[in-house]
Amino acid sequence: MNDLFDKVRAGKFRAIARLISQIENSPAAALAAVSALHRYTGHAHIIGITGPPGSGKSTLVNELAKQWAAKGVRLAIIAVDPSSPFTGGAILGDRVRMQELAQYDNVFIRSMASRGNLGGLARTTSTAVTVFDAARFELILVETVGAGQAEVEIADAAHTTVVVETPGMGDEVQTIKAGILEIADILVVNKADRPGAARAMKELEMMLHMGKSSRLGGNGQSDSAGEESRAGVEAWHIPVLQTIANEGQGIAELIARIDDHYDYLKASDEWLEREKKRSRKEIEAMLRDRFMARFQLNVPQELREQYVEAIVKRTIDPYTAVDRLVDGFGG
Amino acid sequence: MEGQKPRILIGKPGLDGHDRGAKIIARALRDSGMEVIYTGLRQTPEMIVNAALQEDVDAIGLSILSGAHMTLLPRILSLLTENDMEDVPVFAGGIIPEEDAQTLLELGIVAIFGPGSSLKEITSSVWKIVERE
Repeated sequence: MNDLFDKVRAGKFRAIARLISQIENSPAAALAAVSALHRYTGHAHIIGITGPPGSGKSTLVNELAKQWAAKGVRLAIIAVDPSSPFTGGAILGDRVRMQELAQYDNVFIRSMASRGNLGGLARTTSTAVTVFDAARFELILVETVGAGQAEVEIADAAHTTVVVETPGMGDEVQTIKAGILEIADILVVNKADRPGAARAMKELEMMLHMGKSSRLGGNGQSDSAGEESRAGVEAWHIPVLQTIANEGQGIAELIARIDDHYDYLKASDEWLEREKKRSRKEIEAMLRDRFMARFQLNVPQELREQYVEAIVKRTIDPYTAVDRLVDGFGG
Repeated sequence: MEGQKPRILIGKPGLDGHDRGAKIIARALRDSGMEVIYTGLRQTPEMIVNAALQEDVDAIGLSILSGAHMTLLPRILSLLTENDMEDVPVFAGGIIPEEDAQTLLELGIVAIFGPGSSLKEITSSVWKIVERE
């Protein structure tokens, strides 16, 4: 196993691919990988790209990656797609839109299925990020479908979160509900050649402005104009950009803003804050899984089923049932 | 839903542009519980092997309707060997005459599905292929 970790740290693609498969298939392998590799991480810039289906994320990722790859940047792309809740299978088709990246040996693309995780990412996505970070990839792009609350999960895992919208897709209420303004560091209106692009941008800008006057801002930063973060650096103002990804338009500007955000994180103490937030969220998710697994191991299925039947018969209510189960478990 | 799930690459090497069959197979495999990395049309052998490597797939399924199977499939097999991936089973479907199919099976393609194969047959064969590993 140590041999595999050494090869991963040396950046060998085959070893990286193998290790990620092992991590997906076995919690024990995931544990071993993280234990061995965590200390070598912390260097990569992790960029989350999310947005509703049909917003053109994969095409956008392809265009971004092309430019970075041509400059020699070592970059990894993790493309997450949803698993069918009924069959457990998935079609992972994001590579189709990234054909042009095949020629670069400094680009690694890995498709992952969400495998029942409702937050948009796979449970093992953050472990895959650890692997790429330890393998010295400079940029790790994580691309996932965001729909409503699902977008929050990617923001927890990334340093820079880019939210992609398209003209005429969501309406104002949708956007507020979905909370994208809480999690976005950069907003992009893609397919900006479509009617309604200018309006979409105005709406987003307006909502950002409204948001500023009514709250302190998400992700631990103040975004009142002119205020400084703790380290005396001017606060980050969320830009709203336009792109036409399939024509390569607006990409250079987007890259510049992503670089700006990285510089901002490093210059202020936000990088450290984001790292802490990432770790906090990661441990929370693992704790939830661990407690649940322990519970399921220790409390027999038959007992749980008895409670289910009692709930349906209305001889006990769900809250009391859970109280009893947890008490019995020693919670 | 956690734990082992077979990962299968489905793609079309060469210049043939008819992807309906490949998409139908991809969906059928998904519906049977597999994760299908669908790479689409106009793949070179190098692109297919590269993708298979990065995705660490359990099997590769190729659809060829152009007649170029005798050039493409052996090339893919040899690239897999070069990349230390000769243990990754490759199956193929499309328009492949019986004689050629025989030759290809001898060269190391594990299964060839002619136009008459049912989805049920193909799905269960692919499960057998990955379970053999």
